[in-house]
Amino acid sequence: MRSSTLGLILCLTLLVGCAGRAIAQDDAAGAAAIENIGSDTLVNVALAWAEAYQGIHPDVRISVTGGGSGTGIASLINGTADIANASRAMKAEERAEAESNGIQPVEIPVARDAIAVIVHPDNPVESLTLQQISDIYSGKLTNWKEVGGEDRPIVLLSRETNSGTHVYFLEEVVRLGDSENKTLFSPDTLLLPSSEGITAEVRQNLNAIGYDGLGYVTPDVKTVAVAAEPGAPYVKPSIESVNTGQYPIARPLFVYTNGEPDGMIKDYIDWILGMDGQAIVAGLGFVPLK
Amino acid sequence: MQQSLSAKRRTSLSEFVAERLIRASGFVAIGFVVLIFAFLLREGIPAFTQVPLDNLLSTRWYPIEDHFGMMPLLLGSLIVTIGAALVSIPIGLLTAVFIAEIAPRWLREILKPLVEILAGIPSVVLGFFGIVVMSAAVRQTLGLPTGLTAFTGSLILGYMALPTIVSVAEDALDAVPRSYRDAALALGATKWQTIWMVTVKAARSGILTAMMLGVGRAIGETMAVMMVTGNAARMPLTLNSLFLPVRTMTATIAAEMGEVAQGSTHFHVLFAIGIALFVITFLINLVASLAIFRQTRRAARLLS
Repeated sequence: MRSSTLGLILCLTLLVGCAGRAIAQDDAAGAAAIENIGSDTLVNVALAWAEAYQGIHPDVRISVTGGGSGTGIASLINGTADIANASRAMKAEERAEAESNGIQPVEIPVARDAIAVIVHPDNPVESLTLQQISDIYSGKLTNWKEVGGEDRPIVLLSRETNSGTHVYFLEEVVRLGDSENKTLFSPDTLLLPSSEGITAEVRQNLNAIGYDGLGYVTPDVKTVAVAAEPGAPYVKPSIESVNTGQYPIARPLFVYTNGEPDGMIKDYIDWILGMDGQAIVAGLGFVPLK
Repeated sequence: MQQSLSAKRRTSLSEFVAERLIRASGFVAIGFVVLIFAFLLREGIPAFTQVPLDNLLSTRWYPIEDHFGMMPLLLGSLIVTIGAALVSIPIGLLTAVFIAEIAPRWLREILKPLVEILAGIPSVVLGFFGIVVMSAAVRQTLGLPTGLTAFTGSLILGYMALPTIVSVAEDALDAVPRSYRDAALALGATKWQTIWMVTVKAARSGILTAMMLGVGRAIGETMAVMMVTGNAARMPLTLNSLFLPVRTMTATIAAEMGEVAQGSTHFHVLFAIGIALFVITFLINLVASLAIFRQTRRAARLLS
């Protein structure tokens, strides 16, 4: 009995799957579709862009998927994405791989983002230097009292390695931008699959330190002021401090297309880079391009 | 006469078709397993030629910098699974004994379906519950640095394995012939002695299957574990590692498979982890079947 029900469900799923495919093909003939995959940092902006753009151009359909910058770039290389969102630049190996697959990736900066270092609101630590953050994440400093806090162990939180934010943080903060430096994240670092996982843990755990794109920082966690070097002023992340270049952990965010964008993809990207697209960037807590 | 003959032929024809269909579906199931294993091997074997063995057996997992040490992941899965077994096997067996032997009929009719409903809760929901409620509770009650630990994962996995264990073990106890219990009671055994020394013993092989299925469910579970164990690829060598974050094999595959470019070394290493998982579950099943086989042989000898 149970197995026959299962069989029925399987058959139905297959039927529905086939029907679904048929519909998608009809659609492809009627309305144009853009497949947009990539960075979880950019996913909310990308969704807002897609929604607003489809409002103006009802004949264009844009489907947006997150998963991480690596996921987006891999999809572009495998030919399943038209536009890949990335919060880091493409690596040389990825470019080589794309070219061997016949894909010519073109990089287009679409916004800027500050990476905020976040702690529990009741944590007395207000400011850290880049060197201190590096020592914390590489496991050299393991107690908050070593950086002027209470006597508590430090719990390190990070995004998974497929996150562009993770790679950027490794290169620019843990390794202090030095390409010769081979420091790694401490093996005790908790790798959480989502931004939400990091905020949830920081919100409830006084021991935790995490990092996240400025657009994802909620009011119930505290951002730490960061100094580029020991003597320099401590700066909190904000749109102004990123634009003036004072906040040290800021990066460009990109989209990648296969070849110079043309046709409807070009229209879409021009719109993103225009006033309306950039207004959405600012509205979601990221820093628009000037 | 003729009519009955044609009827007979018709039944033999339908019997023939049914028999072939059943045989075909049996072979299809086996075929799938073989194909999956062949695919795993094809994608996983290159890892062993591309990555030196001492790298694969090292203690550092950081694939984006070519550190492919699988030991922390292997031990991570092991510690979470052992924890889950310690949580779920005693509770599951006692629940099964209660439902099958002690509970009155009406309570039993309510409890059994309720336990089976537990199996229907999606693991991502349990993971969400774990991240929001249990991790904070574990951290506060045990005074740990963080609540995202192997222990939290074990609790959730133990809970997920419970319905399987209870349901299968209860069926096994239920299948023990009434006459065994009557005979034990007639010999003057107490109810407890009857349950413990006769019914449970007679249902041993079914109970073992229940335990193995439960453990199999625990080791293969991905989503909830990825959400609550913290995924730190550290070596869980000391005893207190149960109360620290770990990274399991399944969570590693799930978290990283979407990122890798097809055909890269990292891609093949993830399939190698898949092979390791496959081999481990295969060994667990093999040990279970061997144990059951030996028991049935012994039982057959005793009866003859």
